[in-house]
Amino acid sequence: MTAEIVLQAFRFGFLLLLWLFIFAAFRVVRADLFGGRAGRVASVPPRAAAARKRGGRGPRHLVVTAGPLSGTRITLGEQAILIGRADDSTLVLTDDFASSRHARLTNRGGQWYVEDLGSTNGTYLDQQRVQGPLLVAPGQPIRIGQTVLELRS
Amino acid sequence: MSGPGTDPRASAAGTSTPTRRNTELALLGFAVVLTITAQCIVDITVTGSLSPEIATFSLWYTALWVVAHLVVRRWAAYADPLLLPCVAVLVGLGLTMIHRLDIAASQVGGESTGEDAPVQLLWATIGLALFVAVLLIVRDHRMLARLAYTLALLGLVLLAIPAALPSSISEVNGAKLWIRVGGFSIQPGEFAKICLIVFFAAYLVEKRDVLALASRRVLRLELPRGRDLGPVLAAWVVSILVLVFERDLGSSLLLFGIFVVMLYVATERASWLVIGLLLFAGGAFLAYQLFGHVRVRVDTWLDPFAYADEGGYQIVQSLFGLGTGGLFGAGLGGGRPDQVPVAKSDFIAAAIGEELGLFGLVAVIVLYLILVERGLRTSLIVRDGFGKLLAAGLSFAVAWQVFVVLGGVTGLLPLTGLTTPFLAYGGSSLVANFGLVALLVRISDAARRPSAPPPAPPPKLVDAPTEVVRP
Repeated sequence: MTAEIVLQAFRFGFLLLLWLFIFAAFRVVRADLFGGRAGRVASVPPRAAAARKRGGRGPRHLVVTAGPLSGTRITLGEQAILIGRADDSTLVLTDDFASSRHARLTNRGGQWYVEDLGSTNGTYLDQQRVQGPLLVAPGQPIRIGQTVLELRS
Repeated sequence: MSGPGTDPRASAAGTSTPTRRNTELALLGFAVVLTITAQCIVDITVTGSLSPEIATFSLWYTALWVVAHLVVRRWAAYADPLLLPCVAVLVGLGLTMIHRLDIAASQVGGESTGEDAPVQLLWATIGLALFVAVLLIVRDHRMLARLAYTLALLGLVLLAIPAALPSSISEVNGAKLWIRVGGFSIQPGEFAKICLIVFFAAYLVEKRDVLALASRRVLRLELPRGRDLGPVLAAWVVSILVLVFERDLGSSLLLFGIFVVMLYVATERASWLVIGLLLFAGGAFLAYQLFGHVRVRVDTWLDPFAYADEGGYQIVQSLFGLGTGGLFGAGLGGGRPDQVPVAKSDFIAAAIGEELGLFGLVAVIVLYLILVERGLRTSLIVRDGFGKLLAAGLSFAVAWQVFVVLGGVTGLLPLTGLTTPFLAYGGSSLVANFGLVALLVRISDAARRPSAPPPAPPPKLVDAPTEVVRP
């Protein structure tokens, strides 16, 4: 039979290997949580970095603060964000009070404007119903049905 | 924050692409090495030399995950990088323990039923085929929502088949949940579980507003209206029927638990959990009063040592095994896990606890934890409600199963006869769980994939510039 010392080496060596695997996995989890590399919807086109430098500290994320999608976070880029029930929206709502193409957020020189796309139940910025394009300040709640969104920097 | 795209050249060169496929490949390599090491340790410890099959096994197991990785790389490039490696380690550990118990059985001699490890490897291969098929067929998880009612019917039929078949075909150890044809036996309930989770997700996304909004406030709890209790009562009745006709505590508990938790996730109303617990308590009390097999389980759970010669033998042996293992275990191949009856399937966690000790068993639990965490994280970041609920339901199914099985093995809960996902010997469970992971991979791919620039919305007639049309 095999020497006792070899068996002991096997015994602790394997446990060590198993836990090394788990720490490797944790490093990936950590990179996702704090590295900001993945796990978010990255819709940042390459030019965003340059735009950010020019436009100063514009908002970087669109965060859902209430409603069924609460916690969802979309990284803002140059592109417009389309919100609605349609499958091809950037933020797909499943809300009886939302229209299929409900609202749009557009970037004009680092500032974001919200625009209602003719929805049935309306889009509200703070308490005000959005008629034409309105400038959205970071932290200002945008309400669509049961969903509340805000811009964060 | 160094998001993708902070450095234009880097992203153009592809160095900061967030697919994380290479991370996955590295971890998969680690997982395969871990498995092969474990197999070698078992061989050397028990027999003193490597068995000739180890080369075939290593090649086969490596090939399995290379195929899985390539398929994910090609068809779900943005999938979560941790799902597959965790599964690879769990399946590998399971295969190792089964191999180890095979050797123990052949050494003791007597009624050796042949090698189970190669069969399990074959099942893993079939599982992988299902994994690939699911990834290829389900290109977008939202298409499943359209099949919801078909899948519900399929799930119920699968659940009901063993109950309808004669006991000679469907009964094993008192539980009627099998289809045994020739040498094969499948547990259709494992597949029914996934079908029903898909249905629950689609159904609850549709109905959650009604279930969440129409409510009365009683004692700081938002109670739903009486007529909205229908679905939860239906799930309860189905669970009870499974318990009555298939005498299977595990599936019954699993189905009801999944439904109640998905209802809670969908509506954010804690009252559903309270209602679920009350219904569960009622059902459990009834079952205890009415069914002998439930009473036996509960009695042996309360005091296993009093029944050590009869119903409690398994659990007593399992507790002794865990005690022998202690903190660091007896070493792979160093214990006597074959002393526990059915150690390969129901009690594989006890075998792992004995040979790898508390540290090994906790490592296994942490692997499940990572798997479930990744699933729930997918559920948080995916952008459609159906995907959210489906990912949460699938992850919870894994978590709930692990909790119930490990609770049973360690004496925390009554024994239920559920299988430990990925670890335990048993084809249906392994294949079905590969399917489950394929769905999670598909959803996480959708969740992490950078959104394509949205197509310009169709111009509204009012906004369209007027043109003078000349004939």
